[in-house]
Amino acid sequence: MHMADALISPVVGGAMWAATAGVAAYSAKKVQNDLDEQKIPLMGVMGAFVFAAQMINFTIPGTGSSGHLGGGMLLAILLGPYAGFLVMASILVIQALFFADGGLLALGCNIFNLGFYTCFIAYPLIYKWITRKGYSTGRIFTGAMLSAIIGLQLGAFSVVLETLFSGKSELPFGTFVMLMQPIHLAIGVVEGLVTAAIVGFVWKARPEIIEKAASGKALGRVSIKKVLAGLAVVAVITGGILSWFASAYPDGLEWSMAKTSGKEELEASGGIHQILAAVQEKIAFLPDYSFKVQEQETSAGDAEPEEAWPAVDAGTSVSGLVGGAMTLLLAGIVGFCINRVKKRNKAGAV
Amino acid sequence: MSHHIIQADNLKYTYPDGRQALNGVTFKILHGESVGIVGANGAGKSTLLMHLVGVLFPDEGEVRIGEVPVIKKTLPVIRQSVGMVFQDPDDQLFMTTVYDDVAFGPRNYKLPEEEVDKRVKSSLETVGILHLMDRPPYKLSGGEKRAAAIATVLAMNPDILVMDEPSSALDPKSRRRLITLLQRFAHTKIIATHDLDMVLELCERTIILKDGKVITDGPTVEILANEELMEKCGLEMPLGLQNCPVCGAKKAT
Amino acid sequence: MSNMIASLYNIRLLDELAEKTTIIHNLHPLVKVLTTCLYLIITVSFNKYELSGLLPLFFYPVIVMALADIPVVPLLKRMIVVSPFIIGIGLFNPLFDHDPVVILPWMQISGGWISFFSILTKGVLTILAALLLIATTGMTRIAAALGMMRIPKVFILQLILTYRYISVLIEEVGRTVRAYSLRSRGEKGIRFSDWGSLTGQLLIRTLERAQRVYYSMCCRGFTGEYNAGSEKRIRTGDILYFAGWSLYFVVVRYFNIPATIGSLITGVGR
Repeated sequence: MHMADALISPVVGGAMWAATAGVAAYSAKKVQNDLDEQKIPLMGVMGAFVFAAQMINFTIPGTGSSGHLGGGMLLAILLGPYAGFLVMASILVIQALFFADGGLLALGCNIFNLGFYTCFIAYPLIYKWITRKGYSTGRIFTGAMLSAIIGLQLGAFSVVLETLFSGKSELPFGTFVMLMQPIHLAIGVVEGLVTAAIVGFVWKARPEIIEKAASGKALGRVSIKKVLAGLAVVAVITGGILSWFASAYPDGLEWSMAKTSGKEELEASGGIHQILAAVQEKIAFLPDYSFKVQEQETSAGDAEPEEAWPAVDAGTSVSGLVGGAMTLLLAGIVGFCINRVKKRNKAGAV
Repeated sequence: MSHHIIQADNLKYTYPDGRQALNGVTFKILHGESVGIVGANGAGKSTLLMHLVGVLFPDEGEVRIGEVPVIKKTLPVIRQSVGMVFQDPDDQLFMTTVYDDVAFGPRNYKLPEEEVDKRVKSSLETVGILHLMDRPPYKLSGGEKRAAAIATVLAMNPDILVMDEPSSALDPKSRRRLITLLQRFAHTKIIATHDLDMVLELCERTIILKDGKVITDGPTVEILANEELMEKCGLEMPLGLQNCPVCGAKKAT
Repeated sequence: MSNMIASLYNIRLLDELAEKTTIIHNLHPLVKVLTTCLYLIITVSFNKYELSGLLPLFFYPVIVMALADIPVVPLLKRMIVVSPFIIGIGLFNPLFDHDPVVILPWMQISGGWISFFSILTKGVLTILAALLLIATTGMTRIAAALGMMRIPKVFILQLILTYRYISVLIEEVGRTVRAYSLRSRGEKGIRFSDWGSLTGQLLIRTLERAQRVYYSMCCRGFTGEYNAGSEKRIRTGDILYFAGWSLYFVVVRYFNIPATIGSLITGVGR
């Protein structure tokens, strides 16, 4: 469910980076003001723990398949929302850098999808609410289960929206939602189970850890008012950035929004083929594009709700094909030459 | 040099889970002394060391380093004069390179970067691993890790070195190298360990702890050779003092 | 077990690569971070049917890889591991987008395939760029660059700690899992009924370790504030590197170079 660089547009990536940076900056300030300096090594080592624990696969009885921990909810429960969010962020940074899981541009999306909903929505609104009257195995189970499921559902929905707004994928909104939500319901159940299992165990073995984390002075508490206010701010900022970009840069956004909403309506009445027919009709009216990509985009963005694409007429396609092959060949030759020169230099030096 | 005297006065400490770890520990260590603290598992060795560096504070009693009592307020001063080497070097090497790790302490005291650099390099030089300074800690061998952990402490320029099991998990060669290294140090040394042979070589004085109390405190050779006492404290005479296992000949003490 | 060994191996390999001292490695980390960011933004900003225009962007990873002595094979392996999601989502494009596009006068292909290959190309380029950044810079210098970008120090210290203890904890987890599997009947993974207590034990041990790490930090004067060393200065070479690539990226973004070359060669398209 890691969002990939290849699937997002710069606008969506940038907006989500901005939102994530905002939440992270606020969380960092909260953690720093907490005066509990012990928390910092705890956060660092816990991040590594979640990273390692994600690799402990367990077998799901009767199915032959296996699952593992995601960790967002666990971090929120043990460290509180602010520290939990930061730890989740650093895990994802390391995954993006070392494992190319997600990607750097999509990192904002991923941190938000996996960290924000769990730490700032599911944790304070669901887990804390269920365990408000104290802990018991049952409450821990229900709380962890529900909050993990809802956190993941929100995260998955977020992936759908980010993909759609980016306009790189042709997946219609309805299909994508039908694809993502059930899958993440299953993942959420597993995540809930493992979170409950681990929190339940720690609560039995060392209850003070769970209780301390929950009562934790400034860190444990998130007021619902603040969450809502924060959400509103994030929404306004994101909306602002999006619309600013959209007006300055009419690439994917407006188009995909128009397309998405259009498709939804059409789907209700007739299905995909009709839409495609409609889109095709539109394309037939599109003028031939000149050579410079950028010009077309602007004009197309203004004139038509369809994205511009340069390779429509045969001539440019052929030259694109030939030129592309030449380019790749050249890139390969350059790399090879640098290697040869370096090797020769090394041999000369020895 | 009276300001490097370490004084523990009737220390009592009970962990939050109710386990009483220290039950009235009193001693005095003079400047330049090298003292071994031995005792069975759970005797309170590690807890005692934590008190000397102000990581834990006693429920009763007091620790003084020179004239300064170890309390929250004096910690910045205390930590510059007392350095602690932890049992597991992985707990002490928490940065991504050896250099950054050794620099962590001096940088916390906001020393200028040239001074930090000087201290880092001379500490690494002292422990003999200057060439490893850009390595990540996980690439070090056990002995190198231990040396790096000691360097992180040396960079703070302490007068007193407190060590928890410095020779544990070292192969014989690394252990020998460590002992030779520690012998060269002029610091006041307090070493908690199960390695009684090392105590025999390094420390002229030994304190035995049992159940959070000081059982004996005196010259190492006398204490470690006292078979009855050692047995009572859950210990064993160091091999260096035992009869030869092959021919049974008595060792000279 | 194998996934743990694989990921440890992966981290250590990248660390090792980052220890080299080539021209690229010696560049200022901030410059490399910024160049990578710009490259990523330019790459994904191409519209979804653009394919040939993307190709000149291959020069960047190829040149960096060659100058920095980074082997191709491990990067490609990583790419294969992470690409299923990209391919999975991308494959819907040919399914939903049947608009015919003329490639050659006698050959047509649906727009969906073009956009699929565009996504795939972008995937390859962005993954390469991210891996090359870490393989030529290393975590320590990335952290320094983040510091220069005014990222809160709490976060940076925490990132460093997480990174550092990943290898310690993976080894610990590995030992525990091995001990478990030696006493179980050859099942893959861990029975769910045991998973909670096994992982919970590890968690408690981890919390104790965090405590000890904290103590050892305290003993060296840690008071909640992380002081990174002074950063390297940015030199003219660094600025030139950044400026050079930026110029190239912008040119590539606005002019379809392959198409130009192609039309010069084939003499069509006008």
